[in-house]
Amino acid sequence: MLLYLLRRILYTLPIAIGVSMVCFALIHLAPGDPLSAVIPEGASPEVIAQIKTAYGFDQPLPIQYFNWIWRAVQGDFGMSIMTRRPVLSEVGPAVVNTMILAVAAVTLGFGLGVGLGIAAGYTAGSPIDRVVTAISVSGVSVPHYWLGMVLIVIFAVNLGVLPAMGMGAQGSATFALDWVSLRHLILPAIAMSVIPAGIIARSVRGTVIEVLKQDYVQTLHAKGLPGRRVFVHVVKNAAPTVLAIMGLQLAQLLGGSILVETVFSWPGTGFLLNTAIFTRDLPILQGTILVLSMFFVAINLMVDLLQSVLDPRIKRA
Amino acid sequence: MVATTGGSIVSDAPLKGRRPVSRSFWATARRRLSQDKVALVCGSILLIILLAAIFAPLITPHDPYRTSMARRLLPIGDARHWLGTDELGRDLLTRLIYGGRMSLFMGFAPVVLATLIGGFLGIVAGYCGGAINMLIMRVTDVFYAFPSVLLAVAISGVLGAGLVNSLVSLTLVFTPPIARVAESVTTQIRNQDYVEAARATGASAWRIVFGHVLANVTGPILIYASSMISVAIVIASGLSFLGLGVSPPNAEWGLMLNTLRQSIYVAPMNAILPGVMIFITSMSMNLISDSLRASMDVKV
Repeated sequence: MLLYLLRRILYTLPIAIGVSMVCFALIHLAPGDPLSAVIPEGASPEVIAQIKTAYGFDQPLPIQYFNWIWRAVQGDFGMSIMTRRPVLSEVGPAVVNTMILAVAAVTLGFGLGVGLGIAAGYTAGSPIDRVVTAISVSGVSVPHYWLGMVLIVIFAVNLGVLPAMGMGAQGSATFALDWVSLRHLILPAIAMSVIPAGIIARSVRGTVIEVLKQDYVQTLHAKGLPGRRVFVHVVKNAAPTVLAIMGLQLAQLLGGSILVETVFSWPGTGFLLNTAIFTRDLPILQGTILVLSMFFVAINLMVDLLQSVLDPRIKRA
Repeated sequence: MVATTGGSIVSDAPLKGRRPVSRSFWATARRRLSQDKVALVCGSILLIILLAAIFAPLITPHDPYRTSMARRLLPIGDARHWLGTDELGRDLLTRLIYGGRMSLFMGFAPVVLATLIGGFLGIVAGYCGGAINMLIMRVTDVFYAFPSVLLAVAISGVLGAGLVNSLVSLTLVFTPPIARVAESVTTQIRNQDYVEAARATGASAWRIVFGHVLANVTGPILIYASSMISVAIVIASGLSFLGLGVSPPNAEWGLMLNTLRQSIYVAPMNAILPGVMIFITSMSMNLISDSLRASMDVKV
């Protein structure tokens, strides 16, 4: 077991290095010079060479990569070209905000998905099952940024009960655990929760049907255990799969929040990325993508480890 | 009372009577699909959207690019503009029909490209094994280790807006998962006895790949790829929605959502209309993919 955990962690290292290389390469994919936003117009070749040296762009690529990753590991992601502030001080708060939104959305999606999935699994083939299946297919098919707009139309424009933009009063960019902030969280969280809700409902339904067919459930029924107690067994057996899916969805939402954040002007990483793309602020772009993808790799690893701890049946070679 | 049909205990009919018709894998799948009502309905919807998009100039009542300051944001149900007009006074129905061209193309093209590239890489990796497998699959793993939307946005964001750049970024997003499916199926096939036998009789690698591997890999890859199309439609429109895809004044559903978003307080119904098209298309594609999976009876 311990050996497996260790090996799984070791296996993640090369992936993480590969991911960082892709993030590094991104800047060099960009058309034009990565320094074009820094170099003043009409600068002489000497000045350009000077700036290049200052940013380390005169060195060969592998050395540039090692310098970059070495600084990044120490928390130095460079300076934003637009704000002249350290990238980390821009990315840090944004990651927190995105995390709040993603966790809220996954929690919501989890509740909805598990509830619907269990209802459908227990009544497989019935009209309830068919309705749930329709809901979950809609959930995975709907463009969530569009759903965000629909929610704005209903709750902000027509009913006027919930705010459509931002995170708190007067464009606040820090989340406080109060009513104002929570009200701002509701709509984007709902918009983002539909995909995990649909996926979780689908898999819970499948797992419940699968578990109910097992011999031990028959035995439990046969020995007269009340349905309520059998249900506990069903939940226990379905939990590892569902938890794994939930973790993976959380990871996807962290990286995929850009669209919903743009619709609701939520000051998270998506919003930051969007701004960085259109101002060609490459250090911010690179830093945000690196941080988010590392989170993605780490969450995937944790889900895997947690699953093998939770479910001793998973014997891995 | 003697003649009992289906479900009788003494069912020796297959032994005496006609030989049961044996159908090929593809014939069975086609038969099951043609009896699947959901697949037929969704297929018809997609076909209508596709045909409308192709023959857009013949059936649309207006010019998709003709703007009119006087007729901006007319409501849905207008006598001349049935689905109203957009923020520049262009006919929405016309633009929705034209929009299908770009949106469908951006949904299908990256998946088709990714299927060809990913399928090729996966089969090579699975068939060759060893160091080549290592090399291909580890690179695939790295790209697989990005959240899909983030990877698409990152590449499009760095390369800049535009049709070709979106196509490149989306193809890069969908290639790794397809390569993975192709690799795992190919590895399974490679170790089958009949492939071993073929190799023993002196069949060339090409012959084994085209005769055995391809025949087995095509089904799972097609099913997987079909489930990617609805994702591709949503992400591609998302890129346009962010301003990273098709550029104005082209008609594309995501881009239309983007520009109409500014008018959400003035004409909310018009503003959300393009999203309905994205939703219908992606939902139809999802349901078709589910039916395909059921008809081929493959677990991916």
